[in-house]
Amino acid sequence: MNLSLFTSILSITIRAGTSLLYATIGEIYTERAGILNLGVEGMMMVGAVSAFAVAYHTDSLVLAVIVALLAGALLASVHAFLSISLRANQVVSGLTLTLFGTGLASFLGQRLGPGGTRLVGLVGPSLGRFPIPLLSDLPIVGSALFNQDLLSYGVYAIVPLAWWYLYKTRPGLYMRSVGENPQTADAMGIRVGAVRYLYTAVGGALAGLGGAHLSLAYTKGWTENITGGRGWIAVALVIFAMWDPLRAVIGAALFGGINAVQFRMQAAGTTIPAALLNMLPYIATIVVLVVITWWETLRKRIGAPGALGLPYAREEKG
Amino acid sequence: MTGERLAVPVLRMAGITKHFPGVLANDHVDLELYEGEVLALLGENGAGKSTLMNVLCGLYRPDEGTITVRGERVDIQSPRDAYELGIGMVHQNFMLVETMTVAENVVLGLEGLSFQPEFRRVKRRLQELGSRYGLQVDPDAYIWQLSVGEQQRVEILKLLYRDVDILILDEPTAVLTPQEVDDLVEVLRRVVKEGKAAIFITHKLREVMMFSDRVTVLRGGRNVATRSTSETSPEELARLMVGREVLFQLERTTCELGPTVLEIEGLKALNNKGLPALRGVSLTVRAGEIVGIAGVAGNGQRELAECITGLRDAVGGDVRVKGTCITNCSPLRAIREGVSHVPEDRVEMGLVGDMTVAENLALKAYRTSELSRGPVLFPDGMNRFAQQLIDGFDIATPGPHTQVKFLSGGNLQKAILARELMACEGLLVAVHPTRGLDVGATESVRELLLEQRDQGTAVLLISEDLDELLEISDRIAVMFEGEIVGVVPAEDADRDRIGLMMAGQRLDEEGAAP
Amino acid sequence: MRIVFEKRKHVSRAVRVMVPVLSLVFALVFGAVLLLMSGVDPFVAYAAMMDGAFGDIHSVSETMVKAIPLMLTGLGVAIAFRMVFWNIGAEGQLAMGGLVATGVSLYASDLLPSWSVLPAAIVLGMVAGAVWAAIPALLRAYLQVNETITTLMMNYIAILLVSHMYHGPWRDPGGYGFPGTAKFPEMAWLPRIYGRAHAGLFFAVIAAAILWFVLQRTKWGFELRITGQNPKAARYIGINIPRLIVTAMLLSGALCGLAGVCEVTGVMRRLQQGLTVGYGYTAIIVAWMSQLNPWGVLLVAFLLAGLLVGGDQIQMAMGLPAAMGLVLQGALLFPMLGGSLFAEYRLRIVRPEPQTAGSPPQPIAKESES
Repeated sequence: MNLSLFTSILSITIRAGTSLLYATIGEIYTERAGILNLGVEGMMMVGAVSAFAVAYHTDSLVLAVIVALLAGALLASVHAFLSISLRANQVVSGLTLTLFGTGLASFLGQRLGPGGTRLVGLVGPSLGRFPIPLLSDLPIVGSALFNQDLLSYGVYAIVPLAWWYLYKTRPGLYMRSVGENPQTADAMGIRVGAVRYLYTAVGGALAGLGGAHLSLAYTKGWTENITGGRGWIAVALVIFAMWDPLRAVIGAALFGGINAVQFRMQAAGTTIPAALLNMLPYIATIVVLVVITWWETLRKRIGAPGALGLPYAREEKG
Repeated sequence: MTGERLAVPVLRMAGITKHFPGVLANDHVDLELYEGEVLALLGENGAGKSTLMNVLCGLYRPDEGTITVRGERVDIQSPRDAYELGIGMVHQNFMLVETMTVAENVVLGLEGLSFQPEFRRVKRRLQELGSRYGLQVDPDAYIWQLSVGEQQRVEILKLLYRDVDILILDEPTAVLTPQEVDDLVEVLRRVVKEGKAAIFITHKLREVMMFSDRVTVLRGGRNVATRSTSETSPEELARLMVGREVLFQLERTTCELGPTVLEIEGLKALNNKGLPALRGVSLTVRAGEIVGIAGVAGNGQRELAECITGLRDAVGGDVRVKGTCITNCSPLRAIREGVSHVPEDRVEMGLVGDMTVAENLALKAYRTSELSRGPVLFPDGMNRFAQQLIDGFDIATPGPHTQVKFLSGGNLQKAILARELMACEGLLVAVHPTRGLDVGATESVRELLLEQRDQGTAVLLISEDLDELLEISDRIAVMFEGEIVGVVPAEDADRDRIGLMMAGQRLDEEGAAP
Repeated sequence: MRIVFEKRKHVSRAVRVMVPVLSLVFALVFGAVLLLMSGVDPFVAYAAMMDGAFGDIHSVSETMVKAIPLMLTGLGVAIAFRMVFWNIGAEGQLAMGGLVATGVSLYASDLLPSWSVLPAAIVLGMVAGAVWAAIPALLRAYLQVNETITTLMMNYIAILLVSHMYHGPWRDPGGYGFPGTAKFPEMAWLPRIYGRAHAGLFFAVIAAAILWFVLQRTKWGFELRITGQNPKAARYIGINIPRLIVTAMLLSGALCGLAGVCEVTGVMRRLQQGLTVGYGYTAIIVAWMSQLNPWGVLLVAFLLAGLLVGGDQIQMAMGLPAAMGLVLQGALLFPMLGGSLFAEYRLRIVRPEPQTAGSPPQPIAKESES
């Protein structure tokens, strides 16, 4: 195998997988707390458009990222309010969030350009690559792993951090109990509602961050359907990762890799019709989901958080 | 058992009143608890015991009334407040997270737990407490790996870890073997010897006599009496609990036994965790008899019922109904062969809450020609059928069009029984049919079961209530760890013998009775 | 002080109707805010929307054009949701229906007698939609694979496939550079009633009637309702749940496929951009808002179509962004979701008892019903 091809594919894999991984880890946290948020696609969209708009108008990438985080968190909080305080059906609420978020992002994309015009097609500041001295000179992997943008480096840090927080800290312990068995958590004095609100917002923020990576680094700029279903693939990856941040990396790498292969094949001028290549990630998602779900025995022991998707109320009943 | 009676009780609840929609659960209840004693809170299901204790441990807010702890008026708004006051409860459904370890469960919600919990220190303290009170358990074990008795130990350790000195236990013996019950008595004695106090909720008279120093009896939401255990008797307590002379014996006639209806041979099955639940069960039930299955919950009874009714596949052995093999067939096939099932999870499995009474009563019969023809249903037929059952079984409901979720527990069970008995063509499998029902409903259900048997149905009755089994069964089979360890006629059954069998001693073994 | 939700003992009809009505009001208010932010007078805008959607017979016919696919997909989604099968794939099932109908219309006209081309397109289009839905259904029924994701992925695949076909193999060579197929032969045209509104309306009404009958008066419908409300009980009484899931989804997919067939044979009469514009997603809102009731679906679909058409009108007239309609849709459903809580629970404000010595404290419970 041509080594430089491998390096190139690895590099694109990481670049393509970053947004996916942020969204996946965000949703892992939300689901671990027991809330199912299917609005990831909408939150990524909103994150993407707001990040680009802010970057375009203020030239500040830092501000853009912050706004994306806030936008995602805000949108997720609506879902949290509906799901937790109003005990609405979480599936429908999340779907609505996606519809609404996508529409809102489209709306903003039409309105947040200079003087209230469109953002589509504009060129704005973007996240450049930042090679890490010494490490980026490593053979084969150096220029792929250590020559990425800051948000990709951020994802390197966030994965172990997310794992440590979940399994080794007190708040992580409480979060897991809330998702597994909210009655017990409540009886032990943990504020179930507050915990769920927090991690739903965190999940939204990370999804927004994922969207920001798309518009600031990967696709650079805003287009309709910039996410192309990544938010949904993230939801599937949460299951693939069995709700564990470390395993999420494998899933994101897999899909980043598919993106990368698509890219290279099209660049190399292949005879396979573009449509078929574009279908790959979606077909792959289905296949992955089937394989994982079918791997039953594993599922029984490391399954979904026990109370996922079920509203909790301290039942006042005789 | 001597308890030092101080002038001031360590806990006093006064005038506690609690409403729920449609029911007054606690009606100005008073309660006192002294240091160093074990108080039994006795009453039937629905008498208000759990409600009262839930108020005490912060899960419910009382509408009226006051709570005084060690002389000071307190307001308990949450379980956390309760812990701060030294009050904690071991619930009937354990409040444990299965996928976490013992140590993690114990520190959940602990006041002052550091950001990165130091589990080494936690484990050491757990081991200390364990040996002090006789509650040894492996702190690194996952809850799902533990037996029910061990899980209960974790629950008690949770309280002791938090320096709780008023312990409340809700029906603690429901899930224990007789040996484990003795262990629990020992633990409680050690605990109160140090000056703590314990309240345990029960509806079993024998336990009151065995465990407690004093007993408070609740009936219909009111405190009707408090006695010193040594100065009362089971008969008096029963009368106080129920308010009338209790019939301890139902009329039972001997019945002609018919042909064998249910035949189980060497049945083997796994439980949901993939572990063996049935290890070769063999049993026969004939028409016109009630065979009771005794045993502590979790010894394979649930799996046995599921295998017979088609809800679980067997990995070995046979189930035959009226000669036809129905092993591993679908629930529909079992129904077609004449098997009726009154399930354990009444509301979750036996009924569709949002549907009407008529629809629920038709759940078995809708396939018959009375209620449908071809693909089409006859709503009039359904209503008539429902009215028949409502009248025949005396089900209290505003009408057949009421949603079934609004019915009371006893009437829900009657509805299920009505449906199942109507559809029954040979075998009735009843699992914990009187669980959670009040005395009136319990008697009705038992009468219906006897009636069914008199009409020639074969009945398999699974129950955790040994008294009930002794009362209405013809024979009792005892299950332990997935096997039948003995079958005895109910007529002269020796209760202690059965208790031993429930704990694993086989019928033919000579063992010294305790 | 605490706010306590108390489960209602009886859910009256009045409450159940009030909830969607109040949600509508709430959504209109929200939309008004957005309009104001865009520098538009909301009253003028709403009036213009009403006029644009229902003002004259022509407007109504245009509203119908959008309403019919919403009705059909809404019915399909409603059936699936009754089974608690989250069919997000209506869009893809619609697309496949349209795709196969296109194939039949363009290429079967030589092989079949002319009177049979349209019926063949309809039948095969419905089959295509059914098959497209059957795949996730089988995966869920027999392998327990999450259907939310699989149905959605099937959408993307179908949309890509459709786009590929009319850009490539089926592209009209005389098409003046616009991607799309050639116009269908007249024998494959679904007859129109007025303007562009077409006979699909009859299909929708008939489908609603059939669906109502099936749900309320047949054994299969009874079993479907039971399974949706309590799968444990369904299994216990012997219902074959996997088979039920698959048959329900075949029906659901067929209805959505029919919507696609109507779009290509009734409205566009060719396959081009404009088939997959989100009807399948809006259908979810339609189904949920009508509480999965077939007649409700027809009504809600009509009203929502009015919203979309009116939205288009004011967009053009007042220079509002096209996504306005999408945003309003989402804004509609949020209060609906929140409102459903109030249908089941009552609000009560409970104040703590004042601790005065002597007299027993009286709880001050204010009941605010909504």
